[in-house]
Amino acid sequence: MSIDSEIKAENAEATALIPCWSCKGPVNEGNPFCGTCEAVQSPGQINHFVRFGLPVVYRIDESELDLKYFELQRMLHPDRFVAKGGAEKALSQQQAISLNDAYETLKDPQRRADYMVHLFGTEVLPEGCNLVNDQELLMEAMEMREALLEAETADEVMSVGQRAFDDIKICIEDLADAFDLHNYGEACRLTTRLKYLQKLVDETKARRVKLMSV
Amino acid sequence: MSEEISVQLLQITEPGAAQDDVVTESTTAAIGIDLGTTNSVIATSTDEKAEVLKDDNGESLVPSVVAYAPDGSPFVGGIAKQFLLDRPETVVSSIKRLMGRGPEDVKSLGGVLPFDLVPQEEGETGMVRLKVGNHIKTPVDVSGDILGALKERAEDLLGKKVNKAVVTVPAYFDDAARTATKDAAKLAGLEVLRLVNEPTAAALAYGLDKGAEGVFAVYDLGGGTFDISVLRMQKGVFQVRSTGGDAALGGDDFDHAIAEHFLAERVKGLGESNISSSEVKVALMTGRIAKECLTSREDGVWMLEADGKQTSHSLDKVTFESLIEEHVDRTIKICRNVLDDAGISRDEIKGVVLVGGSTRVPLVRKKVEEFFGTKPLADINPDQVVAVGAALQAEALTVGSNTLLLDVTPLSLGIETMGGMVEKIIHRNTPIPVAKAQEFTTYQDGQTAMAIQVLQGEREMVDQCRSLAKFTLRGIPPMTAGAAHIRVTFSVDADGLLTVSAGEETTGIEQQVEVKPSYGLTEDEMAHMLRESMVHAQDDITDRLLAESRVEANRVLLAVEAALQVDGDLLNDEERGEIDVAIEKLKTAIAGTERPDIDGGVEVLDQATQVFAERRMDRGIRSALRGVNVDNLENKVSG
Repeated sequence: MSIDSEIKAENAEATALIPCWSCKGPVNEGNPFCGTCEAVQSPGQINHFVRFGLPVVYRIDESELDLKYFELQRMLHPDRFVAKGGAEKALSQQQAISLNDAYETLKDPQRRADYMVHLFGTEVLPEGCNLVNDQELLMEAMEMREALLEAETADEVMSVGQRAFDDIKICIEDLADAFDLHNYGEACRLTTRLKYLQKLVDETKARRVKLMSV
Repeated sequence: MSEEISVQLLQITEPGAAQDDVVTESTTAAIGIDLGTTNSVIATSTDEKAEVLKDDNGESLVPSVVAYAPDGSPFVGGIAKQFLLDRPETVVSSIKRLMGRGPEDVKSLGGVLPFDLVPQEEGETGMVRLKVGNHIKTPVDVSGDILGALKERAEDLLGKKVNKAVVTVPAYFDDAARTATKDAAKLAGLEVLRLVNEPTAAALAYGLDKGAEGVFAVYDLGGGTFDISVLRMQKGVFQVRSTGGDAALGGDDFDHAIAEHFLAERVKGLGESNISSSEVKVALMTGRIAKECLTSREDGVWMLEADGKQTSHSLDKVTFESLIEEHVDRTIKICRNVLDDAGISRDEIKGVVLVGGSTRVPLVRKKVEEFFGTKPLADINPDQVVAVGAALQAEALTVGSNTLLLDVTPLSLGIETMGGMVEKIIHRNTPIPVAKAQEFTTYQDGQTAMAIQVLQGEREMVDQCRSLAKFTLRGIPPMTAGAAHIRVTFSVDADGLLTVSAGEETTGIEQQVEVKPSYGLTEDEMAHMLRESMVHAQDDITDRLLAESRVEANRVLLAVEAALQVDGDLLNDEERGEIDVAIEKLKTAIAGTERPDIDGGVEVLDQATQVFAERRMDRGIRSALRGVNVDNLENKVSG
């Protein structure tokens, strides 16, 4: 299935008509409000990108994501429904939960990559990206881990962390290219790489704190 | 002349405004309450201008102190403090420290506590109980009495009935303490519009009043709690990035440090080995006075008079600072962790807002300034800023507003797995509301029940985290080990309160578990307390239910009217007439006060519009199909 047909499938799904729980008239699934009676709707199971009206691409504009997120939360957050009935309160909570979930997923390069691999790449690797069978990747991971183990001073730990941090930036760029080219096998490999690089950065932080507090 | 005209105009408009709900609106108010460890403050807001409510003496702080008369009636505030010297055993202060806490927690609070606790048996759970004179009180009772007094005070000062409030809690309060706070408000006859985190409320006050924009840290050191939150504020959005703190660290600890220092001197001086509970209370009071004095002075001498013996104690600022330095350093360490969690460096912080009376201590200001590298902000009175924010939010929730508070969970939530390990399901600093599900399985063949323990905290082992609740999921069909799919869902709402549900996927067995925490009150206890409390008369409940039915009925009316506007042509005159009759009947019921009539009216209207609804769906689907055909056509043309 090509990416275009995937998106079309998503859109077709998003335009499925369901009855509004309040006025019983037709409403497009995924629309936060009923066009007729303006009642808040169930969030449904729509694609995170579609939820924010963003194109399904890895290279995301963070400030645009923020704006869309705030705009939707302004309308849907439970704080807007304090005076409403129980059903609307519950739906607004569900909407806000879905928005938070989508936002947290898309905002984080790692989770966004995971999510997109699952959206498109399942045919490439049915198990997702948990298998590291790439020799080059394994070697790199082991080397960096050794460097961290051997680092004795806070400065040395920092330099390992800095290297991993720089690699993360490159890895994110590569990921964006791989998704653009619909190369999901490569995207999968890079997602795994991003995961261990991030873990390495977290560990260097912890090590540094430890070294500094001694 | 012009005055006369305006009077006439007013008279003309008056009858129109004298609608039922309009009158209710203008005679009731929603307030913001900062329920503090040491002091509480109430505020109200109109048109985004908040005002702190002050008594006739211009005093805005109400001491969070309750004295109980022999008949059990409570005296709250300054008046209760006066009992401290004569009858200290009838006075309760700093009760916030015990909210949602069990006997084990109290032990770990350590040091000298100004409470006489009712002894509990080994392994007994439930919230701690206090012995106050000859009465037994829970922290929820005592907080309820404080909230009740604040409500009354607000009603007196505003000349209106107050039944709704935003109540603030420390961001670092766990689920048990939040639940306890909400229960206390219920006892006082207050509907909690929202529990708002104290630093978030303070940020709201700064954002709206002072127009602060950018990334800010809010350093909130109160009497008994410490919070640090990092927020991004822009264009009316207050997005908490990370939060941290210690629910048992505050100015009280400074008092304790001084009191312990004085008591050690006293014991040595008098050659005694025992310290009586009245000596502790007096020492704590003196410790607080000494702390406040040393904010502006370099040294001083204080007397301890208790049990008929007097001792004199001198203390200078340097010694005072060495006594409290350990506590202040702990707050700075927490600041560092919170910045790390947010992934924000110190130089990205545009400003640090000081909240809480304990931030007046010079050493605190000095260390905060040193750490953040910027002079902290205290333009809004640190004692009042939280109440101001709470009032602004109370107005936003009842009247409407364009501002938006997006908060996070302060502590991770998880469940116990094999080997006493905690599996985290929701991580700290996740935006709320949030719901997450995790699947677990059985570990024995034929296992039909599974015990689930809910935990809150950051550590990996069960005994290092706080147990919120335990329950057993029963009725799992016997299967081989590992075959059952048990899905546990955690939901945290906008108040930061948790609900847990669990179900077995293949059979659909579902259990909704309300997390009445291990250290909370049981439903029975709560019901009993509500019966006991005179405030919560039957009338209030009836009123609330009636209001709820009206809200629901109005929703249905608006929905049907909107539908008729758009798709009214789908009905013939007879069908339309039937619906119109149902609408009129429902309107009459809403204007009345009989709840069954309103609910029945909704039911009738629902029935009357069923066919209408079906036709509307048909029309919708038909026009959608047409839309798809056009799309397809276009695709063919362009392809």
